[in-house]
Amino acid sequence: MHAYTEKIRDAARRLLAEKKVDGVIGFRRGTLPLMNEPVFVRHVDHVDQLIWDGNCGINLANYLTKRKDRVAVVAKGCDSRNIVVHIQENQITRDQLHILGVPCQGMLDRKGILRALNGREPLEVEETDSQVRVSGEGFQEVFARREVLQDNCKICIHRNPVIYDELLGEMVEEPTDVDRYEDVRRLESLSVEERWNHFEELIASCIRCYACRNACPQCYCPTCFVDESRPQWVGKSLDPTDTRTFHLLRAYHMAGRCTDCGACERACPMNIKVRQFTKKLEKDAKELFDYEVGIVLEERPPLDTYRPDDPQDFIK
Amino acid sequence: MSEWEPKIVAFLCNWCSYGAADLAGVSRLQYPANIRVIRVPCSGRINPKFILAALRHGADGVWVSGCHPGDCHYIEGNYYARRKFALLKSLLEHTGIDPRRLHFSWISSAEASKFAQVAREVVETVRAAGPSRHFIKTLPQGEAAWGQATAELQAEVV
Ligand code: SF4
Ligand code: SF4
Ligand code: SF4
Ligand code: FES
Repeated sequence: MHAYTEKIRDAARRLLAEKKVDGVIGFRRGTLPLMNEPVFVRHVDHVDQLIWDGNCGINLANYLTKRKDRVAVVAKGCDSRNIVVHIQENQITRDQLHILGVPCQGMLDRKGILRALNGREPLEVEETDSQVRVSGEGFQEVFARREVLQDNCKICIHRNPVIYDELLGEMVEEPTDVDRYEDVRRLESLSVEERWNHFEELIASCIRCYACRNACPQCYCPTCFVDESRPQWVGKSLDPTDTRTFHLLRAYHMAGRCTDCGACERACPMNIKVRQFTKKLEKDAKELFDYEVGIVLEERPPLDTYRPDDPQDFIK
Repeated sequence: MSEWEPKIVAFLCNWCSYGAADLAGVSRLQYPANIRVIRVPCSGRINPKFILAALRHGADGVWVSGCHPGDCHYIEGNYYARRKFALLKSLLEHTGIDPRRLHFSWISSAEASKFAQVAREVVETVRAAGPSRHFIKTLPQGEAAWGQATAELQAEVV
């Protein structure tokens, strides 16, 4: 996994030296353990900041919207799919991009690890292919890597980049035995009132910071509906109806666009499982329109096309 | 007080269902008066925000009606709309909105009797679902308490 770090740096050095790109978007070490931060490297001298490990869960496609320059971007499976969506939606063109594909082994669930540490502060984190060793003052904990992956990474079936200019490592094996919609089906089996209550509890602690929106590459409207005032589609208060409206519309705006990259959930300071909204849409788009987001560049997104015989049993 | 009557917001396409409502009226077909019509240029014009806004403003049910597939005045607006509605309806129901509150239909401008019949059906289904409460804001305390809390706060600030 850390082998990628050298390969990313080599590629960045080469691309910058040859002036093939104006900059390289990747990750550098954050100020806290388990938190890498995106970095934009414009100069060969700064290339050594770039790193790769299990804390690169932020989606870098988020930094490509409406760019004018030519950039290289480090992309794991999900980032590459969001890049596809960006190209489909004319947010950037394919030839502005040099995609450094990184076959992915899943990203670490920082909040889960912190919970398991139970208040003890992690100072050092070491990773191998199968283990994560977290240590701090007077303690050391070893986790099985598989156990501390982000929820979405545990069920990810597109770990390899779907689009790239160079691949920085061997393709990883895609899991074939995961059930992506087990949780959605569980909810579907509840009564309508139980479902209402479930979601009410789910978002009860939402502070409407919009971090989930900001972290999402697909949320790029110049004016978000939450900021519109005439008409005002969602109230500014923390009243449950306002919060619910926000979550429904945010999720709906992801219909046929969300790659389940988990950046939203990762960003939420209140640990709200916002993917529960978007995953239903993902499942429906698959079942109704046989569509998987961000896989085929030439395809149109499901809400930007139609078939005359689309399902319509719900229409009188 | 009189018995509760459901309020239904109906988004009707100008080129078909709106005409059907008109024709139903001219033909003196009976349909319940619970329907508040909003005329839209095409079912494709309907943004999911409109449907949520109707619920937030106190509608007990929402009904969307457009031209039959193949008959859209703008050729394909209703085909796109159909996909949008399918996902929206499913998402709303999944998150706990009673399916009886959301209705969709295709009604051409000649189908006055279908209009009247669907209108009756919609009203009766929403009536059975009862008053919609989920999207109605409730202040955490009575208004008097709010007034007092604000007064206290003000006293502190000044
Ligand atoms: S969603 Fe898939 S590609 Fe993205 S970080 Fe998780 S495992 Fe990697
Ligand atoms: S990041 Fe979390 S707390 Fe903030 S608006 Fe989104 S769900 Fe709410
Ligand atoms: S909604 Fe969340 S999971 Fe979906 S693309 Fe946006 S950040 Fe990723
Ligand atoms: S014009 Fe009636 S649905 Fe498009």
